[in-house]
Amino acid sequence: MTLSLADIIPFLLLAARWTLLLSAIAFIGGASGALLLLLWRYGAPRTGRRATAIYIQLLQGTPLLLQLFLVFFGLPLLGVEVSPLAAASIALTLYASAFLAEIWRGCVDAIPLGQWDASASLGMNFVTQMRYIILPQSLKIAIPPTVGFLVQLLKSTALASIVGFNELTRSGQIVANATFKPFLIYALVALIYFAMCYPLTLGSRALERRMRITR
Amino acid sequence: MGYDFDFTAIAANSGLLLHGAGLTLGLTAIAATLGMALSIGGAATVLWGSPWAQRLVRLYVEAIRNTPFIVQLFFIFFGLPSLGVKLSAFEAAAVAMTINLTAYGIEITRAGIEAVPPGQREAGYAVGLTPLSTFLYIILPQAIAVVYPSLVSQIIITMLESAVVSQVAVTDLTHAADLIQSRTYRAFETYFVVTLIYLGMALTLRALFNRAGRRLFAGKPA
Repeated sequence: MTLSLADIIPFLLLAARWTLLLSAIAFIGGASGALLLLLWRYGAPRTGRRATAIYIQLLQGTPLLLQLFLVFFGLPLLGVEVSPLAAASIALTLYASAFLAEIWRGCVDAIPLGQWDASASLGMNFVTQMRYIILPQSLKIAIPPTVGFLVQLLKSTALASIVGFNELTRSGQIVANATFKPFLIYALVALIYFAMCYPLTLGSRALERRMRITR
Repeated sequence: MGYDFDFTAIAANSGLLLHGAGLTLGLTAIAATLGMALSIGGAATVLWGSPWAQRLVRLYVEAIRNTPFIVQLFFIFFGLPSLGVKLSAFEAAAVAMTINLTAYGIEITRAGIEAVPPGQREAGYAVGLTPLSTFLYIILPQAIAVVYPSLVSQIIITMLESAVVSQVAVTDLTHAADLIQSRTYRAFETYFVVTLIYLGMALTLRALFNRAGRRLFAGKPA
């Protein structure tokens, strides 16, 4: 059986949907996790400062591949059978939450302390301060680096292929093995990743430039 | 729960882990050394090279930064042989890691060079240094001092990402873990211990680099 490019390209593009889905899950999960970490860090600094720092250090100081293996082989020990998609989603969510928490921490720290003092003097409690004063201002500076991190996250989903999740990289492996044209196939796979990541890179850069002008 | 953790099997295979950790560190050392040299050359090209050379380096940087490392590795290991470039798994891993690190290194180094005030270069010329000497002895040391922490982080990221090279059968630390877990059926324990080893290596490496940095760049504005 011979496969032509007309067969291969649609096959890879369909597989890229799973890459996008996994990225979306990891980003939404990671953003929610990071927000919780942020609330913990600033809401209860006595425990939160140390605990979130350790969490971030653990996830940034170990390979994502190993984190993925720990979820994939660890959860079954707790009696939870996980599919490759579920394992990859959980691992990437934890990974993204650590990176986003670290990025956003910098953005919250960039808000002048006077903003905290002023809102406190108006009688706002912590949640109200965060909701109406601190987060809206941090959000503005947080967007460019967050979009930049999306590129990193999207690329990281390629590791899900190793636990057998059928996304772009794994589909590329399958086609490369079937057609004996690894050069062409991996070049195509790289090109599809590039087509997904490069617009985000450009967007992040444009946002950063715009912010430098407005500030 | 009904599961008893058993770490004895891992202790019995500590030789394998030691070999794997050594290989991971060796690959990282190769990638860091070659990558830094190439990054400096690349950054200089982006800033002062001929227009087509600038474009070529920029294309390279964007291509690498917007594709996953594992795809780059597969392309080099599985794809290049069809062009007649046959690399062993170790060579392919070293090349892929170097290429990857260089792309990020160029951006970091360029930012560092741009952070050096132009007066430094003019001063170098004024005392009669050649452009090359001005770059090597005046600009570069100051540029590296500024971006040293970012370069260290990037080297450590490269080491952590190198776990993927186990997929082309390089016998690195993760490969040792794969081997041990398939022999002992103690997947979780094995990967847990190996994850901690990576963490230890990352922390140690950072501490060593920081220490070296304090000595290398003592008295320089950071």
